[in-house]
Amino acid sequence: MLDIEDILATERMFDQNKLDVRTITMGISLLGCAADDEKVLCTKIYDTICKKAEHLTKVSHDISAEYGVPIVNRRISVTPIALVAGGCHAPNYVQIAETMQRAADALGIDIMGGFSALVDRGMTESDRRLLDSIPEALSVTKSICSSVAVGSTKAGINMDAVRRVGEIVKDLAERTKEHDADGCTKFVAFCNAVEDNPFMAGAFHGVTNGDCAIHVGVSGPGVVKRALEDVRGEPFEVVAKTVKNTAFMITRLGQMVAQAATERLHVPFGIIDLSLAPTAAVGDSVAAVLEEMGLESCGGPGTTAALALLNDAVKKGGLMASSSVGGLSGAFIPVSEDLGMIEAVERGSLTLEKLEAMTCVCSVGLDMIAVPGDTSAATISAILADEAAIGMINNKTTAVRLIPAPGKKPGDMVTFGGLMGYAPVINVSRFKADRFIARGGRIPAPLRSLTN
Amino acid sequence: MKKIVVTVVGADRVGIIAGVTGGLAELQINVLTVSQAIVDGIFNMVLMCDMESSTNSLAEIQEKMGHVGESLGLEVRVQLADVFYAMHRI
Repeated sequence: MLDIEDILATERMFDQNKLDVRTITMGISLLGCAADDEKVLCTKIYDTICKKAEHLTKVSHDISAEYGVPIVNRRISVTPIALVAGGCHAPNYVQIAETMQRAADALGIDIMGGFSALVDRGMTESDRRLLDSIPEALSVTKSICSSVAVGSTKAGINMDAVRRVGEIVKDLAERTKEHDADGCTKFVAFCNAVEDNPFMAGAFHGVTNGDCAIHVGVSGPGVVKRALEDVRGEPFEVVAKTVKNTAFMITRLGQMVAQAATERLHVPFGIIDLSLAPTAAVGDSVAAVLEEMGLESCGGPGTTAALALLNDAVKKGGLMASSSVGGLSGAFIPVSEDLGMIEAVERGSLTLEKLEAMTCVCSVGLDMIAVPGDTSAATISAILADEAAIGMINNKTTAVRLIPAPGKKPGDMVTFGGLMGYAPVINVSRFKADRFIARGGRIPAPLRSLTN
Repeated sequence: MKKIVVTVVGADRVGIIAGVTGGLAELQINVLTVSQAIVDGIFNMVLMCDMESSTNSLAEIQEKMGHVGESLGLEVRVQLADVFYAMHRI
């Protein structure tokens, strides 16, 4: 029989510590939609998405009400559009993005990802068209997310794509400058992209998946922080054990929601993503967890070690709680979506360089970071190249989602609203990498032994 | 058996248990266990119940018990018990 303390403690997690299921994401294959006529392709895409996800919103709300578990977002990820549209003669893919938006609106979906291209080794004509379409597509839609995979441990880094991404980010920022360049919050570039990620902006339904799958991403940094408050001053074994126990509980919640959703939607279960996803709300911060371990301010000395422990313990605790773990699975450190990170940047303890170091030990990368509006495309590309190199060498997923808000200088604030939060503009090194980025070509795949 | 958890939290007063269990009885919901405590002056009660013989849906039960809570000036929450078993039992 359950203990009253357990039940009340769980209620407190939901009410006070912001425990929630961040997203139920339905992955949908659009490979069957291939057509050479743009109109036919768009109709097939719309129909496929709307048919598969017809009940997603209702089921999500029902589960939330019946189990008393907040479910923040309902999302859809689709097959990378560059693959789906490969046989289509359209000059660009903006129409497809608009079709996806109409489907999202019709279904009441919060975000849809998959306006994507995988160009680790090289670009097809379709990949090129998709990349060229990204700035316009993301500025005329509100819920569509785009991602580009520019490298991997097995392929190396496609530096032509890295160069192009810098230009895309700048173009996107310019097109959405009226709203603090919020178009850039919907675009991410990956190294070692994963095919079953439920989190945005990088979610897409990889070709190795089946027709449809349900993925669940949980949240819960607030719960971890609260648990660590009870073990202040204890050695790190105790910290690791506390995080593992908490991660186990959080993941079991996600697993239960995933099971309920898969049964009601008659769709196979995909994965639980173990990432601790923060929000800009008070008490929902990964930075606060690190500070609870004994750091004066996130970004100071000790931060990387603290994050490494947190990230590893979350995975160890979560793995046992779920039948299938995947996605990004780690601690997220998005600056604008984490109040503790925002405050640490304002305090001056958290810099771009320290964030880069932190991405070596956690998922996923330089995420939701506002940089000065005059940051050049080449500099953005070079930051992406650095981040992709960390992912490539360490056999992990890394990503870059930077927001070069036009007209903004270090210390200014940019605001996106909702889950995207707000962020102080961070300082970027003034030294140029233009000639480095201008080279193009490929950085070869790395050696997998002699890895000192 | 279809187990639900009813959580009651709020300022202590006369008649809370009578009001809540009365509401549950009207809905043909069987109470399995009751735990109740006053913590820091706040009334906390958790009832583990079985809604198998109730003809009402969970949404209807939630609505009805919500009204019972309002009339007593308390927060009454009804949810499936699965979430607690999932999180607190291996």
